[in-house]
Amino acid sequence: MKTSRLLEGLKARDPRAIGRAISLVENGDESAEAILSALDENFVSEAVIIGITGPPGAGKSTLTNSIISELRQSGKRIGIIAIDPSSPISGGAILGDRIRMMQHATDHDVVMRSMATRGRLGGLCATAGAAVRIMASSGCSFIIIETVGVGQSEMDIIRLADITLLVLAPGLGDDIQAMKAGLLEVADILVVNKADCKGADILAMDLEAVTRKGSSTPTQVSMTVATESKGIAELLDRIDKLDSEHRDTGERKTRRRAAHEQEVLDWCLEMLRPKLQAEITKRELPLLGDPRLKAKKILEEQ
Amino acid sequence: MTEKTKKHRVLVGKPGLDGHDRGAKFIAHALRDAGFEVVYTGIRRSPDEIAAAAIQEDVDAIGLSSLSGAHMRLFPAVVEALDKAGAPEIPVLGGGVIPDEDIVALKAAGIAEIFTPGTPVDKIISAFQDACEKKPAG
Amino acid sequence: MTKHPKLVEWEEKELAKSLNRFPERKDKFTNHGGEEIPRLATPENMDDRYLEKISFPGQYPFTRGVQPTMYRGRLWTMRQYAGFSTAAESNKRYRYLLEQGTTGLSVAFDLPTQIGYDSDDPMSLGEVGKVGVAIDSLADMETLFDQIPLDKVSTSMTINSPAAILLAMYVAVGEKQGVAPEDIKGTIQNDVLKEYVARGTYIFPPKPSLRLITNIFQWCGQKTPAFNTISISGYHIREAGSTAVQEVAFTLANGCTYVQTALDAGLELDIFARRLAFFFNASSDLLEEVAKFRAARRLWARLMKERFGARKPTSLMLRFHTQTAGNTLTAQQIDNNIVRVTIQALAAVFGGTQSLHTNSKDEAHSLPTEESVRTALRTQQILAHESGVADTIDPLAGSYYIEALTDKIEREALALIHKIEESGGVVKCIEEGFIQRQIENAAYQYQLEIERSERIIVGVNKFQIQEDKKPPLLRVNPEVEKTQVAKLTEVKKNRNNEQVTNRLTKLETAAQGDGNLMPHIYDCVKEYATLGEICNVLRKVFGEYKDRG
Repeated sequence: MKTSRLLEGLKARDPRAIGRAISLVENGDESAEAILSALDENFVSEAVIIGITGPPGAGKSTLTNSIISELRQSGKRIGIIAIDPSSPISGGAILGDRIRMMQHATDHDVVMRSMATRGRLGGLCATAGAAVRIMASSGCSFIIIETVGVGQSEMDIIRLADITLLVLAPGLGDDIQAMKAGLLEVADILVVNKADCKGADILAMDLEAVTRKGSSTPTQVSMTVATESKGIAELLDRIDKLDSEHRDTGERKTRRRAAHEQEVLDWCLEMLRPKLQAEITKRELPLLGDPRLKAKKILEEQ
Repeated sequence: MTEKTKKHRVLVGKPGLDGHDRGAKFIAHALRDAGFEVVYTGIRRSPDEIAAAAIQEDVDAIGLSSLSGAHMRLFPAVVEALDKAGAPEIPVLGGGVIPDEDIVALKAAGIAEIFTPGTPVDKIISAFQDACEKKPAG
Repeated sequence: MTKHPKLVEWEEKELAKSLNRFPERKDKFTNHGGEEIPRLATPENMDDRYLEKISFPGQYPFTRGVQPTMYRGRLWTMRQYAGFSTAAESNKRYRYLLEQGTTGLSVAFDLPTQIGYDSDDPMSLGEVGKVGVAIDSLADMETLFDQIPLDKVSTSMTINSPAAILLAMYVAVGEKQGVAPEDIKGTIQNDVLKEYVARGTYIFPPKPSLRLITNIFQWCGQKTPAFNTISISGYHIREAGSTAVQEVAFTLANGCTYVQTALDAGLELDIFARRLAFFFNASSDLLEEVAKFRAARRLWARLMKERFGARKPTSLMLRFHTQTAGNTLTAQQIDNNIVRVTIQALAAVFGGTQSLHTNSKDEAHSLPTEESVRTALRTQQILAHESGVADTIDPLAGSYYIEALTDKIEREALALIHKIEESGGVVKCIEEGFIQRQIENAAYQYQLEIERSERIIVGVNKFQIQEDKKPPLLRVNPEVEKTQVAKLTEVKKNRNNEQVTNRLTKLETAAQGDGNLMPHIYDCVKEYATLGEICNVLRKVFGEYKDRG
């Protein structure tokens, strides 16, 4: 599709145009620049971006699905980006989060995209960020990024979010301990899903002591049973209140600034990588000698 | 610009009521192992849902599976749904318990390829690769 | 040579009782030379190990079979699964099969019926009458069994999520024929747990589905005591790609779940347990399959005794139906399938199955023709009457390989059952996807072996030929959907619609409570409420299950 037609399509909220635009950015196509620079900035700055992460089996996709259903009732246009890992061996991926949200497939105000990590580090973040912007400029006021919270690249994704939900479920045991180092301190709301199962209350109690880095108050804990849409309205309410709070205190702006700068840095690295790679190859470096010094030399000469 | 990381994206799903997903899951895994990104949509999908998802995900091809004999109605319905939604260029490939006479009719209705039981997986992967490569940019 | 006292005891107790009830098929079973074929071969030294683990047919732990005389008393039931397009067409096929010597009917329903949709529902488009008969209301059921007296046949219905409704219809048809409910014989598959992991015709979530199942156990216990209320299935799990050990483990784990659910609902074990039946796959590895069936019987008996404290022998017996493995049928060189089915049927007979369905050679292409079905039936008849394997009981017992393999399968299946329990039970494992992943991985491995020619499938990855001849195939009349929808419209016009609404409302109220839903479903069915109408009421109250992928 020609770029001009694509941009018209985005404005008209045509699903094909949105899908195509995201693909072009994902594939590093030349036309991506033109598309990204023509996006409607107002929509982008207004949209609320929610990050949903957590260990496998916690029920993230089911929760996302319930959130979508609830938001659709108030007529919101929603975007979802579901991220799954690529196989390090084949480079392929099974993108299976969509399965639990297929009831919304024919709803034009639910824009969904499944994305594979493709083994990129910062690159994934950059692409997901671009997808968020594309969705926002097509009128999505709520955008959800769903990832499995175990890898470093998934941790980075969370930076893109205004508000992060960490979804846990009773019986997942050791995963909680493993996560203490990272995600627990990054989440804005801790969601105990499968709240009707044994151990949910104990888990909620354990989480009461968790505090977000830099905050003085403990992180809020929400209880949900996503399969029965229980606790969803309350969760959205909390998100809404938190969002208002962040706007008032300037926290939202601070986070967006940090994310924006990080995104620009990621793009810089993405763009520099091939150039530097070419330079390194060109020089046919000998095997002896300290790599760090060589790097310094190359950069000085750029 | 950035590193070009183009991957072929395929949607695999089962239209209609048939719940036997062993074949569809196998193909999804095999495609993944061959480097494809597979959006797996599971069982009990309507043709409209499949078409809508395929367009959103901007896939390069669709793989359908049917073992219940309803392929003559359901596979062309997916082609129609794609057409109606403005994406007739996405190739549709199908597999399952499908008699030879039906294959002719299905191809006439716009299905790119049909795989019957026992087709070697390499052949299926190649067919998907061809379909993805041939797909016009749209 | 003196007989072991335990053998004498068995002969005087279980065997004598059985012979009294019904004698063996012949006074003497002889071979071509006129020599008598022994009923049961036993080791010269019957040690404790033999007595404890292998024992005698009809005696705990039933390794050698659930009846003392097995096929010498009565051959297995030759029960061919059939049904397609309309009830009238299916009725014709059933009457043909009964004429040809089938001893039991087995009904296949189309997908809309299995998933609780009427033939005019948009979800049913293209699927009506394709894989089985379309049943929208009692009217269709009446046509299905026209001129078939329900007190003279035993009918197995492959129906799960809406089983309660089809059961109610069957009993209602019987009533109209003047047959008392207590004389109704047959089985409903009614095994919803495997639907979530292997077959896909689920409707409601697990908890309300289990409730419906216990309602059926209770109702049948009082009203239709000769009817088997559940056929706990491993067939589909195996078809989905599981190993033999997984087939046994997941099936028996599901069985334990049903038993526990029924006990939790206050039902008495030794009353409902005797009506539990099983359904297994007979795959191509002859020896493994024989060991599998024996292991399953022994393991179930032990579980029922040790875990649930069942006391009556009938509660400990694993009675099962077998179907030869559909997933082994090839589309290439279809005559080869007759050979495959023969081997698989032989495995089932050596394994002591109570009833058997043999697949037809053309089923990798479409539903079978009348001729192919006849050949499949003849396969069973030849095994029964010409091969001699039915004249002596559990002939492979004592084989070093078979006994070792039986032990191994039992051991590994039990370990897997324990793993499921440690992970929170079957329902939890289904919700977490544990069982599905196990099956998927096994299936994937198996398929890879075929693709790499590490596993040979004759005619497919070795010994292929160029085939031009196309086999004659069965084509389902495309007019079926139209005919069925027309009939449905007629039924809705002619019934008492006020009564229907009345009964449906009562059902909805009952579903919101804890009571038994069967009487309400029966009332709805008698007024010609449709399957879809009844299921929609239940969908409203119970919700729908969503696949986790």
